[in-house]
Parts: sequence; C-alpha cells; structure tokens
Amino acid sequence: MKRDWPAYFTFWHKLGALSLSWFSFVVLFFLILPILIIVPLSFNVEPFFSFTEGMLRLDPAAYSLRWYREILANPNWILAIQNSFMIGIAATVIATVLGTLAAVGMTSRYMPFKNLIMAVMLAPMIVPLIIMAAGMFFFYTRYNIAGTYIGIIMAHAALGIPFVMISVMATLSGFDRALYHAGLSMGATPVRAFMDITVPLIRPGVISGALFAFVTSFDEVVIVIFLAGPGQRTIPRQMFAGLREQINPTILAVATLLIFVSVLFLISLELLRRRSERLRGITET
Amino acid sequence: MADAATTPTDMRPATPGPRATAATADVALTPAERRAARAELRRNRLMAFLLVTPLLVFLTFAFIAPIATMLFRSVHSPAVAELIPATLERLSEWDGQGLPDTATRTAFASDLRTLFAERRSGRLGEEINRVLPGASSTIQGTARRLNAEDPDAVAASGAEMLSALNPAWDQPDIWRALQRAGQVYTDRFFLTALDLERTPEGAIQARTSARIYIDLYTKTLRMALTITVLTILLGYPLAFFLAQQPSGRANMLIIFVLLPFWTSLLVRTTAWIALLQTNGVVNSTLMAVGIIGEPLTLLYTEFATVLAMTHILLPFMVLPLYAVMKGIDPSYMRAAMSMGARPIRAWWSVYLPASLPGLSAGAMLVFIISVGYYITPALVGGTDGQMISNLIAFHMQQSNNWGLAAALGSLLLALILVIYFAFDRFVGASNIKLG
Repeated sequence: MKRDWPAYFTFWHKLGALSLSWFSFVVLFFLILPILIIVPLSFNVEPFFSFTEGMLRLDPAAYSLRWYREILANPNWILAIQNSFMIGIAATVIATVLGTLAAVGMTSRYMPFKNLIMAVMLAPMIVPLIIMAAGMFFFYTRYNIAGTYIGIIMAHAALGIPFVMISVMATLSGFDRALYHAGLSMGATPVRAFMDITVPLIRPGVISGALFAFVTSFDEVVIVIFLAGPGQRTIPRQMFAGLREQINPTILAVATLLIFVSVLFLISLELLRRRSERLRGITET
Repeated sequence: MADAATTPTDMRPATPGPRATAATADVALTPAERRAARAELRRNRLMAFLLVTPLLVFLTFAFIAPIATMLFRSVHSPAVAELIPATLERLSEWDGQGLPDTATRTAFASDLRTLFAERRSGRLGEEINRVLPGASSTIQGTARRLNAEDPDAVAASGAEMLSALNPAWDQPDIWRALQRAGQVYTDRFFLTALDLERTPEGAIQARTSARIYIDLYTKTLRMALTITVLTILLGYPLAFFLAQQPSGRANMLIIFVLLPFWTSLLVRTTAWIALLQTNGVVNSTLMAVGIIGEPLTLLYTEFATVLAMTHILLPFMVLPLYAVMKGIDPSYMRAAMSMGARPIRAWWSVYLPASLPGLSAGAMLVFIISVGYYITPALVGGTDGQMISNLIAFHMQQSNNWGLAAALGSLLLALILVIYFAFDRFVGASNIKLG
C-alpha cells in the first residue's frame, strides 16, 4: 500500500496507522460476514444450516433453489409476506401523515410546550419493545382488539412516528421559509403555499421518514408475538417461530430475500439523500 | 401554514413572551394594535398546536394508555376479589390472628363449591399459589370434595367440612394468603419483583427462598455493560479510521456498517445461529483447521447472546461516533503531533474530548437497547443467556402472572428512564445522530 505519510511520522506512527486500518477491516468483516454467509447457505440442497462438502467444492449439484420453492409452496409464508406488507404500509401511512403534520407544527416558533411534546413523541424510541408489547397486550385485551390487525398497525405506527418526525424536522430546519413567505406575499393562501412550495421541498425528508417507518414495522417482531393471532403472523414472526421450533433452511432463503430488500432500502435512501442535498443547493464536494 | 406572516408580531424574530411585549412597547403601538398582535400570536400558537394534535391523540391511545395500563396492572389485581367477593368482605374484619370466625370459613366453603361448579376454582388456586406456594392443590382438592356435598349442608356447616377435608384450613397461613391475594390494590407484585416478602405480621423482609429477580436485573445490567464496552472497543477505532478516509472511500466502507444496520434483526440472529450451532460454520471451520477436535458448545449460551448482540448493536455505536468524528477538523491532531505529542497523548487530550458527544450517545443507545432486549436472548441465549425481558415474556405467556410481569416491566421502565435522564442531564440527548 503506497501512502503519503506526514513528514513527522516515525516508524511507530506508521505502524500504529497500519494496525488501525487492519483492525478496522477486521471489524468491518465482523459486521458484514455473518450476513453474507447466509446467502450461499440458503442455496444448500441439504436441510442443514452449514456448508456441505459439495458446496465447498462448488459442485452445482450441491446448490438448489429448493428452499425458495418451499417458501412459495407454504401458505403460512405467503400469508406472512402479505401481512408484513399490509401492516407495514398501513402503519407507514398513519405514521407519515401524522408525523409530517406534527413536524410542521413542532418547527413553528409559536409551538407551545415544545420540549414536553417532543419527549412524548420520541418516547417510543427508548421504551423497550417488551414493555410496549406488555402494555399493549393489557390495554388491547380489555378492548378486544388484541389478535386483530388494528392493534398491531397502531403499535407499529407509534414506533415509526419518531423516525418520521426526526427526518421531516431535519428537512424543515434546512428549508428556507422565505420561499413560503414569498408565495404568501404573491397572494397564495397558506394551504396553497404549503402544498406547492413547502411539500415539494421537504418531500425527500418525508419519503425517507416513511421508509424508516416501513422498515421499523417490517422488522418488528416483539409486539407481533404478543398481539398477533395466528392470522396476523408477519415474516419476522414466522422466522421467530421457525427458529424456535424447527430450524430449516427455508428461513435462510427468507433471510436472503430480506437482505436483498435492505439493499434496496439502502440504495433508495442514498438516492433520496443526494436528491435532498441537490434540492437544498448543497453540492457534493 | 403555521407561520402565516401577516401581522406586526411576525416582523420580529423574537419569541413570544416578555421580549415581544417590550419590543411592541418600543414602537408605541396603540392598544388596539397590541390586542390584534396578541390575537394573531394566539392564533399562530393554536395553528401550530392543532397540527400536532392528531398525533398526540393517536399516541394517547397507541402508546400512553398501554404504558399506563401496564403501570396500573402492577398494583391492581381484581381477579381474586371477583372470584370470592363474599368471603373477602368477611375476611376484611379478621385481624390475622388465630382463625377467622366460623361464619367466614363457612362463607368461603360455599364460595369454593360454587367456583368449582363453574370451573373457576383452578383460577383461584393459581392466584393464591403465588402468595402461598402449595395452596393450589389444597384449594383444588378441597373444592372437588366440597362439590360432592349438598350445597345446603355446605352453607350450614362449611367450616367443619373444611377442617375435616384438609388440616391446612385449621392453619392461619392460608387464610392470610386469601386475605392478601384478595387485595385489589396491592404491593405484592413489586415485593416479589424486588425479591422481598411480607412476614405474617406484615413487615417487609428479604425473601427467604431464592433471590431470582434482583440477580437477573444485575445480570442484565452486567451483560448490557459488557456489550456496551465491546461495541466501544470495536466501534471507536473503526469510526476513527472511517473518519480519516477520503469521503468517496468512507462512503463505500460505511456500507459495511449500514447494511447490517438496515438488515432485519431476525436475519442477523439467524446468521449467528447458522454460525454458532454445533455443526455450524464456526465449529466446522475450527475442526477443519484442526484447532479443536470436538465441536464447542457455542449456541444457547450467555456467550452467544453477548456476541450476537454486540454484532447487532455495533452500528448504533459506529454511526453516532462517525457522525461526530467527521466534524472534527483533522488539523487539530496534526497540530498536536507536529508539536511533539505522541499519538496516544494527542488522541487523549485533543481527539477524545472532541469525540465524546458521539461516544456517549452511542454508549447510551447501545446500553438502553440492550437492557430491554428480548429477541436475540430468546433465540440464542439458551437458559443462561436470558435477560429481564425474557422473564417478563415468560410471566406474560407461560405462567400467566400478569401482575408480576407488569411489576417487572415497570421496574425496567424506571431503570431505562433513569439511565436516559442521567444521560440527557450530562450529555444532552439531542446530540444523537445516526448519519
């Protein structure tokens, strides 16, 4: 590795810098390797969670799509996939609409009790899921909405709200209010000025908040364990049951698909970030 | 919408309050103008508040009410009072010395017979058993035999029948247990959760049988601390390294942190099961290389829980650290070193203080998240890797002791809030950034 060391670097400085980079690469591999190892394992032809000799020899016969076909053939997985998207989308819509409106209110300098309300809204982020799950179980059983979609959607929306708020408020803080006032001064009604000027400019923040909310719901399993009946099982709930009861590589195939989904999310977020910076006139350096 | 700027108050950046009033006085507004300004201010505040209202209403039902219900459940337990109301009314006059009077015991015998016929005596046994272990079989056995008797005979001489059926009914213990379990508002769940108990005289003392819960809280805190320290040891150098890289390279390398961050928790836990199980990747690799002859027991241990949670929570440490470190001017370190400080010294006196907000934010996130963690310990922890959340889940789902689950949950919530406010006080929670 060819490097430009500062002139005052001694041998020990260089050794230190090199060990730092080696250590960092080891940590990066520690982070990524367990996830990457799932992908080839999911193509295992045998019902094991480990590499067979054939797989290590790269024998094509040792690999198969068997477990992916198994997902499609199993009505429980199909139901779980539908539930995950249904609950995720419903929770995202609620969290995004309520969160965006509230973020606009919270960034107004006239907002009363700002700190108190902010604390309440962000609380779902620090309260452990098991406590929310227990509380919701007690509360919803009393009103007979445990074991229904409504309870889970409400819980997941509450979990997504802090992410929407943080994301939209961050975008609003970079939003030049003079633009909105310019619209007003030219005769637009407040609603019109908001819809035509503010909304397009904060859209990247709203979308990335919505993505955060969706992923939060999509990943959440503790509340689902406590509140869902058999009809509301989601993908992570189904995986949890599978890991506890009978481990089989279908779970690895599902996990591989989920990794693919998170790659898609990462890419969309990065694109949104760039778009948002462009809109706000920040150029990449 | 909230900040419609049309009136004099809006021309100033001043916040509403004394300053605004003072400024208004400066330009000598007429009383009518001042009134209009105040009305405008009120309208703006109302508008802002109205935008937030839907969310507040929603959170009241979806979040605040459930948490309040849990807190309430930890001291409220109407089950026994609903099962044997007549007995409890009489028992409330008993002073706990000797035996309750004959009428009370007879009333209980009748209550118990009715409960058995309604198939609810098991529920009573379960509740009383939590106060007095072993009481369940006494209650169930007696109830079954009372059911064989004529209801009028039970109503007439229930007290004698109880004595004849089981000598336990001649001891004050079970009656005290009924009295205590019958309290609608009770501290017994909190006492149990804190490994305390009441003596027959009503004094509070450390429980003489096993100390379970305090030990588990200690263990949970110890595991959370271990995980936090490990994420700092792994995460700090990594974030430092990433912050030194040119931005193109750093953006590429940070994907290695972001991808796990965005990948489902269940996927990452699955990965560790695949790696750590007896015939898993780690064991087969180690055996193939010849380091070990027999597969190691890695999965279903405390080690597995700590390792998997360190992996899962590491991004929560790296991302806030990296966000702060990116903002530290590298010339500070260069300046310190060019003036002769050794790297360690330069780092200690220049870089560490500057990176402290990121470090403490990351540490708080990791610590708070791991204290309340449920899924990973449940899946890879076996019996010795369980944390407090798992016990709460156990009491919710298996032992059906909801009151105790609520008390344990309330204590956990209090613990988290203390940690959070301590952190907020010393560092400021607004310093948390995730990218």
